[in-house]
Amino acid sequence: MNSVKKFDILRMFLSVLVALALSFLLIFVLSEEPVEAIKNLVIGPFSSRRNMGSVIESMIPLIFTGTGICIMFSANQINLSAEGAFQIGGLAASCVAIYFTADILSPLAALLLAGLIGALFSVVPAILKITTSASEMVSSLMINYVALYFGTYMLNNIIADPRASSASYELCPASELPVLVSGTRIHLGLIVALLVAVFGYFFLYKTKTGYELRLTGVNEAFARYSGVNIVKVIVSSQLIGGFIAGLGGGVEMLSPIYTRFNWTTLTGYGWDAIIISTLAKNNPLYVPFAALFLAYLRTGASIMARRTDVTLDIVQITQGIIIILVVAEQFLSRYRHKLIAREAKAALSGEEVA
Amino acid sequence: MWEAILSPDFFSSMLRTATPILFATLGAGIAAKAGITNMALEGIMLFSALFGVIFSSLTQSAWLGLLITVVIGGLMGLILAFIVLNLKTDEILAAVAINLMATGGTVLIMVAFSGDRGVSSSIRSVSAPMVVIPFIEQIPFIGKVISGQNVLTWLALLAVLVLHLFLYRTPLGLSIRAVGENKNAAESVGISSRRIQYIALILSGALASAGGFYLSGGYMNMFTKDMSSGRGFIALAASSMGGNTPVGGLLVSLLFGVAQAFANIMQLLSLMPYEIILMVPYLTTLVGLGVYYYTQKKRKERLSGK
Repeated sequence: MNSVKKFDILRMFLSVLVALALSFLLIFVLSEEPVEAIKNLVIGPFSSRRNMGSVIESMIPLIFTGTGICIMFSANQINLSAEGAFQIGGLAASCVAIYFTADILSPLAALLLAGLIGALFSVVPAILKITTSASEMVSSLMINYVALYFGTYMLNNIIADPRASSASYELCPASELPVLVSGTRIHLGLIVALLVAVFGYFFLYKTKTGYELRLTGVNEAFARYSGVNIVKVIVSSQLIGGFIAGLGGGVEMLSPIYTRFNWTTLTGYGWDAIIISTLAKNNPLYVPFAALFLAYLRTGASIMARRTDVTLDIVQITQGIIIILVVAEQFLSRYRHKLIAREAKAALSGEEVA
Repeated sequence: MWEAILSPDFFSSMLRTATPILFATLGAGIAAKAGITNMALEGIMLFSALFGVIFSSLTQSAWLGLLITVVIGGLMGLILAFIVLNLKTDEILAAVAINLMATGGTVLIMVAFSGDRGVSSSIRSVSAPMVVIPFIEQIPFIGKVISGQNVLTWLALLAVLVLHLFLYRTPLGLSIRAVGENKNAAESVGISSRRIQYIALILSGALASAGGFYLSGGYMNMFTKDMSSGRGFIALAASSMGGNTPVGGLLVSLLFGVAQAFANIMQLLSLMPYEIILMVPYLTTLVGLGVYYYTQKKRKERLSGK
């Protein structure tokens, strides 16, 4: 690893630290008991087995959408439909889990359908882009709301349990993913999520299609002249990304956290995925770490919100600052340039000696 | 059903729901003309909806509240410009960041200001007034549509005209379009693209904030959590469907108003489940986007003789 790469990692940690420092400052301004609040935010997640478990639990959906977005964005498609794919994946999985009660087969079918629906959903903006050249970003923003309202339609009219308030019938017990660690709700989905992240890494960095995909993302014209089938690359990247996001929705729904489908707003995991892919620099291998960090921050904030007067919403400010600082090329750019210059000089003098 | 659609209430509700979208669409349009996709409109609108309530209650004047909100909206545009142009952050990611901060920030500010958490019910804000036009009010059908609209609806329509003249009849408007069309060519004739993009984003923020103000001080009389609910995103779609021109933006915003007014009627008559109706505007925009860009593409192909 050269020193510039090391510096980039250092810079990312610094961005996160600055963002945290600014958030602490905000807590001092807003709160009557700032020290208590910050203590809960930072140490809270470690305070009990249950809380530690909840960090790991909330990491799971983030890994799915994060990996999905990494693959979609690597092809330079700003397709924001992971949010809707997650939603509709959760819906599809619940529909299967309500009516199909066979052991083992039920969760498998539910997850498979969730992924397939997610894939078909996320490919719509890409196909619209290819056939009509309408911006995939704009159409993906619109289609997310279609997913939301389709989900609430199904929830209120087709799978509504008259005995529950705005929730579906109970998902069959056979579909529930088993808990891995007793005393927590960490479930089998964690293994699936980690496998997906590893798959994402191998797909993007070790396969021919993955290479073509990244090449298209960096320079589409160059990729086309080198004989890459752009349409195939774009469609397959959005299909795979959407499949993973939809699968994530399914896994979340079958987890011990839910017994019924009850999503009446968008979950926001699609937007969180953008922070994660930013922190992971679009490499799925780093996604679990970024997801762990975000999950830790969230859990800490919700513990803080329960025990003190600071609301959960402060995390969104922290996340916003992190994105800007990590992505801003100019943040500490002078030092980076100095490093590059020093390294180049060292390389040159090394050559002279030889 | 047709009776309900041809009623003055239908057209009046079309104008009412189109107003916030129109403001934001104009904002999206001017940024796009300068070559920047301003997805932060959503967050700017949400912040402005809250600031509108706060400042109109502090000054006890809708006009002063609007003025302060629009100035802050311009400042938010300026901040976005600084992040994108000076810090060289990707414009989409910068917008994601601003939108996130708006979702959390508005709640934090509301709690700090009034102690309210979801709805600003304890803030005594002042809404923008309705305009009742004498004489026209008496005309049977048209009177009911035109008279009694919020003053901001009229301001939005006026903004279409002003923005059209600004973009197509002034040197600064020409510079904005030049930068969006080809940044390097514009630079080569001595236009500072950075300065132009700053101006465009400030105007974009100010326009969107007027739409945000309308949400909490016209359309409704209070701020509720996440009340922009995707209107900034719809505005991006509407603007892009209208070719990013003010007049095109107006037409598409009205189309969106029609869809929403239609949805309201269907809900009253309960002909369809309301979730499907809520989906209508988004589906309309999605299909509209496809159709518009498809015809554009075909026209280009025909012109280039393929």
